Amino acid sequence: MSKTYELKMGAATREAFGKALLEVGRKNPNVVALDADLSKSTYSTYFAKEFPGRFFECGIAESNMVAIAAGLASAGKIPFASSFSAFVLNKGFEQLRVTAAFPNVNVKIVGTHSGISIGEDGPSQMSIEDLSLACSLPGFTVLSPADEVSMVALMHAATDHVGPMFIRAGRPKVPVIYEASQQFTIGKAIQLTEGTDVTLIATGLMVAESIRAAQALEAEGIHARVLDMHTIRPLDRDAIATAARETGALVVSEEHLIDAGLGVRVAQVVSETHPVPMEFVGIHNTYAESATPEQLVDKYGLLSRDVIAAAKRVLARKR
Amino acid sequence: MQKTTDAAQLSALARRMRRTAIEMIMEAKSGHPGGSLSIAEIIVTLYFDVLRHDPANPQWKDRDRFILSKGHCCPILYAVMAECGYTPKDQLLTLRKLGSIYQGHPDVRFIPALEASTGSLGQGLSIGLGMALSAKLEQSDARTYVVLGDGEIQEGQIWEAAMFAAFHKMDNIVAIVDYNKIQLDGFTKDILDLEPLVDKWRSFGWHVLNIDGHSIPALQQAFAEASATKGKPTVIVANTIKGKGVSFMENNPKFHGAAPSKEEFAQAMAELA
Repeated sequence: MSKTYELKMGAATREAFGKALLEVGRKNPNVVALDADLSKSTYSTYFAKEFPGRFFECGIAESNMVAIAAGLASAGKIPFASSFSAFVLNKGFEQLRVTAAFPNVNVKIVGTHSGISIGEDGPSQMSIEDLSLACSLPGFTVLSPADEVSMVALMHAATDHVGPMFIRAGRPKVPVIYEASQQFTIGKAIQLTEGTDVTLIATGLMVAESIRAAQALEAEGIHARVLDMHTIRPLDRDAIATAARETGALVVSEEHLIDAGLGVRVAQVVSETHPVPMEFVGIHNTYAESATPEQLVDKYGLLSRDVIAAAKRVLARKR
Repeated sequence: MQKTTDAAQLSALARRMRRTAIEMIMEAKSGHPGGSLSIAEIIVTLYFDVLRHDPANPQWKDRDRFILSKGHCCPILYAVMAECGYTPKDQLLTLRKLGSIYQGHPDVRFIPALEASTGSLGQGLSIGLGMALSAKLEQSDARTYVVLGDGEIQEGQIWEAAMFAAFHKMDNIVAIVDYNKIQLDGFTKDILDLEPLVDKWRSFGWHVLNIDGHSIPALQQAFAEASATKGKPTVIVANTIKGKGVSFMENNPKFHGAAPSKEEFAQAMAELA
């Protein structure tokens, strides 16, 4: 690996979303925002304070919110509708399907508090199936930024992109990975470290864990390539195929159900392009529980330790 | 298209549109005749009198929006939109067939002028609210009209939208409930009674008009009153007869979603001649 990362603690991606929403709102008068009584938690409140006339508080009624957003988009607005991922995707799914995906309407859905790292609130508030749900909607673009820099940059890209979209954000503060000058393109993975022994593909908070894993592996003489898959759909097939060909072994890590998110999608591309051994890090067929975020990512196996173990397993299978 | 306020002319047009809708459903061998017939006067009055629209300029920014939330009754809407000049009349009999723009439920991918893709009940009022909010932001006086089925308002999302509309004083949206009192499985009073329907909407903060949904003068007056009502949304409870205009279809749950037989079709055509 060529580059070392300090990984200093930064803002939560949900707060970065709030700041970015305000930025894109200032830039583009067509941007409007909606929330379902969670604006203080999703940080859409920043936008609401500056643009009260362009912010629609929908109350605790996610289905209505999603379909209103679709109507606004049909009339030419660029609506960002936010809530906890668990609520907006699950309660609004039918509306996402019929009013956004099916007519291909320019709605942006932002789900915060994704994964299990929300901590004490417990499984009813945790979204461990949101990537799967969002990817099951034809035409939807699905983003999962890893830090505040990528969230802000991708929010700008999302505003310019025409088409329905889901953007995943998390509750806890996360390390800063990128310099402010980093460029992001929807659908283009970012290679964070060089390496030819194994590739660690990750999304969301597992990107920082994969960098940590790569740094630890480097000390053992294993050169790991790290790819930030900030776009789950459309997947960067070229980056995946190249990684498979050049490194011959892959580990995919995500804070999501292991059999329904990024990993299975990457495996599909690998099997279609250049089959190599793969291992997966994620949540195994279960709901989590109440605890601190630190305790949960430990118990449910979402640490660099788990990525390292998976890398060693896959290296043992590599011919 | 020629707009008119003449009730007799609109009534004759409604009759002709009923005939076309039944012909389409007959040719398709499937569809929803009962609820198409019950909204004939509502749709005709909207498109030929009330709506501010221009079929030659369907993307006109300040046009009024119409959403058929009870999307399964699209045959009558297709007939009316074709009559207006939005879509080709000579393709109406391709309803529900491969390649047809006249899909089984409204689909904006095929006909953008439909404004919204519907078919999964309960969503049209919310979509309409989004359009009405956009009109307010644009300081446009465009109005939004949404036709709801009576069975459809058993969906919870309708009441989320009803609360939102009244709270936000959305006086630029009008909901029309096609109260024909029949849904697929039977009579609404036996499936999940809607009564007291007028009181429900009133308690949600809506201006409620309770009218005969087959009377064109009553509809015209109700739409005028809705436009004059400020500070709250208006709902028109349109009391209708499912299958209206074809004797054996009237008040008959069987024709919620079934095409007529050959003999029934002949009789329907004779009655609508």
